[in-house]
Amino acid sequence: MLANDPLARVLYIDLSRRAFSVRHRPELFEAGLGGTGVDIRLLEEECAPGTDPLGPGNPVIFAVGPLVGLYPLASKTVAMFKSPHTGNLGESHAGGRSAVAIRMAGYGAIVIRGASVTPIYLAVEGDHVHFRDASALWGLHNAYTVGSVLRERESGSGVRTIMRIGRAGEQGVTYASVITETYRHFGRLGLGAVFGSKRLKGLVISGQRSLPVTDRRAYRQVYDTIFRAATESPLMKKYHELGTAMNVLPLNALGALPTRNLQAGHFEGAEAISGERLAAEYLGRRVACAHCPVACVHLGTLRLPYPKEPYFYKTSMIGYDHEPIFAVGSLLGGSDVSGIFQLLDEAEVQGLDVMSMGVTLAWATEALQRRLISTHETDGLALDWGNYATYIQAAERIVSQPNDFYRALARGAEHAASIYGGSDFALTFGGNEMPGYHTGPGCHLGYLTGARHSHLDSAGYGLDQKAGAKGETLTPEGIAAGLLEEERWRQVLTSLGICLFARGIYTSDVTLQALATAGFDRSADDLAQLGADVLHRKYAFKLREGFDPAALRIPGRILQTPTPMGTLDEQFMREAIAASQGPSSHNAHTRFDNPVGGTQCKLKKAESVSLSRAWRPRSMPASSRSSAS
Amino acid sequence: MPKRLALLDKERCVGCQACMFACARRPGVGGLAGSSIWVRSAGGMRKGFVVIVCRACPDPPCSRVCPTDALPVRPGGGVRLRSELCIGCHNCAEACPFGAVLWDPEQNKPEICVYCGYCVAYCPYDVLGMEDLAASAAAPAEEASAGGVVHASQ
Repeated sequence: MLANDPLARVLYIDLSRRAFSVRHRPELFEAGLGGTGVDIRLLEEECAPGTDPLGPGNPVIFAVGPLVGLYPLASKTVAMFKSPHTGNLGESHAGGRSAVAIRMAGYGAIVIRGASVTPIYLAVEGDHVHFRDASALWGLHNAYTVGSVLRERESGSGVRTIMRIGRAGEQGVTYASVITETYRHFGRLGLGAVFGSKRLKGLVISGQRSLPVTDRRAYRQVYDTIFRAATESPLMKKYHELGTAMNVLPLNALGALPTRNLQAGHFEGAEAISGERLAAEYLGRRVACAHCPVACVHLGTLRLPYPKEPYFYKTSMIGYDHEPIFAVGSLLGGSDVSGIFQLLDEAEVQGLDVMSMGVTLAWATEALQRRLISTHETDGLALDWGNYATYIQAAERIVSQPNDFYRALARGAEHAASIYGGSDFALTFGGNEMPGYHTGPGCHLGYLTGARHSHLDSAGYGLDQKAGAKGETLTPEGIAAGLLEEERWRQVLTSLGICLFARGIYTSDVTLQALATAGFDRSADDLAQLGADVLHRKYAFKLREGFDPAALRIPGRILQTPTPMGTLDEQFMREAIAASQGPSSHNAHTRFDNPVGGTQCKLKKAESVSLSRAWRPRSMPASSRSSAS
Repeated sequence: MPKRLALLDKERCVGCQACMFACARRPGVGGLAGSSIWVRSAGGMRKGFVVIVCRACPDPPCSRVCPTDALPVRPGGGVRLRSELCIGCHNCAEACPFGAVLWDPEQNKPEICVYCGYCVAYCPYDVLGMEDLAASAAAPAEEASAGGVVHASQ
């Protein structure tokens, strides 16, 4: 890397001592480039075995990559910590202005240790770190207000990130989010609760500087190639126009849109909550992450009258995407957009991960219907599909936790089901609530085996849909190999801070050219090696903290509700998990491989799924294939 | 014909700041230190964005308050920066009611727009454009009706 690149600077903040220091650590970035690759190395250094996720020993680590601040669509910050939700690897990504702000403040990574005795927030202005009293902000009802206060009080408008938690983080809801720039989040796996456990209400980071490159002319040429691809090629059209909400109708047509706690894969109300309908009737504004011309962030307009005051309205802007629409729309059986927007707004007000919240509320609704619980547990709330007035009250109670039941819901669907029963329909994978795809075996195996149990780990839904479109069969080994290959390459992108939506633009060639101008001479093999190494390290951390692939719980519900590829078979799923984890006679690449030992992993290529053994649907009634037609 | 950077429609701004990065990248470096455009939220992303560019005033206050004559008036409007005369006093930045005299913290000098239009090619939403100064002076009504040609926070 270039000697004068501030990327090598790591800011260490100790909340217990209210002290900070900066260490020059180029070796970290030479080895891991940034993002995920640097985070996992810092996590190995900072997080001792058996660390209490809500104790002062749990570090919060943010890292950005060498392309951030130099190239467009490199706008992501990767956070790592031990998750209070799963008790294991916590990794969450966010855009907004976070990555550019950290880079412009002059850091490649920020490590936050310890815990404050009293509520505080941090203001990082370039080389200065201010520890500000946040006792008056603690307990504020509305996380929007926290953002407004920090915006008014701190400097750097335009070149800063304002991260903050809501009451969910303060109250230790294990899926509390950290909100950044209002509409972006470190959403998953409970970073907000870790902030709360440290009495850390917010983190404002700002700065402005230039970044060195090796060759000015080459830099501008590579920049223009990427910028043109981002704005002119069809690769980003989906995100640019309707946004990810355009997935709703195609998934529904396939029968892959989880509905009413995945009792069905088809939702009769899908059209009303589709990206097309939302754009036509509600889209009020599109906004972008810093240095990303795509502007995928879609804000819908919610206009609500005040019941007792004629001609008074409250108009709010609500961020929407496929995952939130699935999680509080189809999964909760509702197509009332106003209700959906109000529940999404409540998640923002409280600082909850909207996906885990929706899946947990869906479990609770079904548990009530099946009389595993009564309105005694729900504190009088008659949870029912599509009843948003009730869901909004339930979301607030998950945070205020008036009784044991809500204290259980505050730890997610799997934990609640372990107490009240109904594990079969608790839609969690590795402890994390499911995303909005029920496309076939690939998506669920991706949730199960991915290092952060996210659809973004390895995009198994893509594997399913490709095989489905081509009429190909899937085998356990084929799926395992396909997911592994994808997850390894994604470690490279996320180590560079590149948004995964830009994966079609940042091919290995383009990535290597961009890296070269930033002073990193790497080969395609180097990147492949890095991807395998980072994933191996993440898995090593998971195993160290007690993750057991053989003990993974497969929710019965996903085996009952047919997918577009037929009804899933548990034996098939178990074989695929085994193939992805354990040594296998005909697949040399597993998650246990030590890539430094010379095992090669090929760069991402079009399709590598082995189809030697047929994926045999056990029962595939014609109606389950496309009930949308 | 002298030109200036024009703000065509700030309502179309998505806040990506590609223009700011373009301005800073023009000399061939990354980051944001040298940008003479500023895009910030109008009090939170939900309210949209403020886009600050130099409007190339015919009688620029930044020039009048410079104690070293480092900001001579450009024929037609706007100023040029004579960096060798600048003492970094910030008077110009304080005098500009739009906040369009930005500051390079590394050089401790103002960032003065040179009206080159490099940024325009990087705005995919047609928020920015170039226009002839004489034409804009002849049609002041258009400026007002465009809802903030000179400055987005109007």
